Amino acid sequence: MGVMSELWKGLRVTGRIGLRSLFGRGIVTTEYPHEFRTKPQRFHGRHVLNRYPDGMEKCIGCELCAGACPAQCIFVRGADNPPDDPTSPGERFGFVYEINMLRCIFCGLCVEACPTEAITMTHLFEMSVTSREDAIYTKNELLMRPDGSVPHPRPDDPYADMSELEVADGWLRATAPAGSAAYEGVTMWQGTPGPASWDPEPDQETRDA
Amino acid sequence: MDAIDLLIVVARVVVVFALLLVVTLLNVWLERKIVADMQNRIGPDRAGPFGILQTLADGMKLFFKEQVTPRKVELGVYLMAPFLAVIPALLTFMVVPWGRPIEIAGRVVPLQGTDLNIGLLFILAMSSVAVYAVVMAGWSSGSKYPLLGGVRATAQAISYEAAMGLSMVAVVMFTATAGDGGTLSLAEIVARQQGSWGDALGIPALGWVPRWNLFPELVAFGIFLIAAIAETNRAPFDLVEAEQELVGGFHTEYSGIRFAMFFLAEYINIFTMSAIAVTLFLGGWNGPTWEGTVPAVISAILPTVWFLLKTYVIIFVFFWIRATLPRLRYDQLMQLGWKRLIPGAFVWLILSTVVIGIRQFGWPWT
Repeated sequence: MGVMSELWKGLRVTGRIGLRSLFGRGIVTTEYPHEFRTKPQRFHGRHVLNRYPDGMEKCIGCELCAGACPAQCIFVRGADNPPDDPTSPGERFGFVYEINMLRCIFCGLCVEACPTEAITMTHLFEMSVTSREDAIYTKNELLMRPDGSVPHPRPDDPYADMSELEVADGWLRATAPAGSAAYEGVTMWQGTPGPASWDPEPDQETRDA
Repeated sequence: MDAIDLLIVVARVVVVFALLLVVTLLNVWLERKIVADMQNRIGPDRAGPFGILQTLADGMKLFFKEQVTPRKVELGVYLMAPFLAVIPALLTFMVVPWGRPIEIAGRVVPLQGTDLNIGLLFILAMSSVAVYAVVMAGWSSGSKYPLLGGVRATAQAISYEAAMGLSMVAVVMFTATAGDGGTLSLAEIVARQQGSWGDALGIPALGWVPRWNLFPELVAFGIFLIAAIAETNRAPFDLVEAEQELVGGFHTEYSGIRFAMFFLAEYINIFTMSAIAVTLFLGGWNGPTWEGTVPAVISAILPTVWFLLKTYVIIFVFFWIRATLPRLRYDQLMQLGWKRLIPGAFVWLILSTVVIGIRQFGWPWT
């Protein structure tokens, strides 16, 4: 009767779990559009193009992100800043900025490559589209407003979590500074997109002293 | 037989038909809920309260879906197979009594589709015909996975039909001793399970044990239950439609309402098999009705309630086993059928024959 006892052993497991679930405990399924799982701080979501506190765009149109992109999904064309009304500090600004989200693998290499922290990632992950053209995000959709808020793609969606765009992935800033041991334990990233709110990095002499 | 009798017959058939469809809607939802609970999930909860209308929504979706007909099918057989699956499934339940005969205006109305005097044989015949649907669907689809499913169905049906038939024979033989001669009528088999074992054996201490065939025929009940799971192609015996190996088995090439008919047949068969198990072993609709102490309407309905309650216990066991056991390998299936169940059923049949014979005719040497 070894079979029967083994059978009973199995039935007991499913029976116990079934009974437990009946009282609503131990259920792992979350009812997704109504409740969101908490995402890790460094979640790689949709990109956002940042601005400086004074409202200038950070992007300088250098195309390093496009060069770093392994999926070749970023298209950037820079243009000269008009001297009397510059879009970004410096000579050039990102005139065209497009990301094809169908190709993007959300690796974050563009964020790493960016010399001005112009492109960072948010926690927004709901990007379903009904046509392929819609999947190509243009500069209008990616760029944050001068006040630092990011336009939501579906502002009327009752199920969308609007706070997703206010959270930045902090991955770049945590690892970027030269990988030096001197920065161990120093948080060099912040939880929100936009201008950095920490002191400038010390120069090499000060740091090594 | 007048017009009213005819109407009653029609009404009985329609009621059984409606009951089966409603119960199927409920069972699909119930299975999904129970299995979800046992797997730490929530299960369907969108359509209606607790998602109870999920099956209705699914059914409507299937109804309006395109029915794809692959190019290589044998069209006649291919179109006939779903009907051949549903019709025996509906017919089998017609012989199962689902309540105590009620008396309305001097007419006794048995709550049963029809009381065939060969009820058990009819059930065996119909469950064999149902296998043809699977085989025909598998063969006519002109595709390899359905064909494999169909071949498996043949072998599985032959292996387990025998064990099921033998366990039924044990019940029939036992029932013959409980009344006036043998019978294959399910209504009669239920009627002979009335009362308690205490009264039947003359032991007052056992007065609370209902006179179900379950107790003397426990082994036959176990064999019947296993064979019933195999007959209805349920996990762990669902090799016929094993998703992981055969995509969908015999119904891979079916879509829309044609697939829905196979699905419907499967769930009706589960209910029918459970109902037959209840009828043969668990006393059918027998149960306390508290005649006289409760209104007559309630004591007329109570047997049906008992019947459904017992049936749902068996159905729950079906679902429970489905949520627990992995699918058998093909050789294990054959071994269990031919090396365990059939010899086991034979041994039990001989044993119970000997015991019944001794009880009936006394010891052979005295």
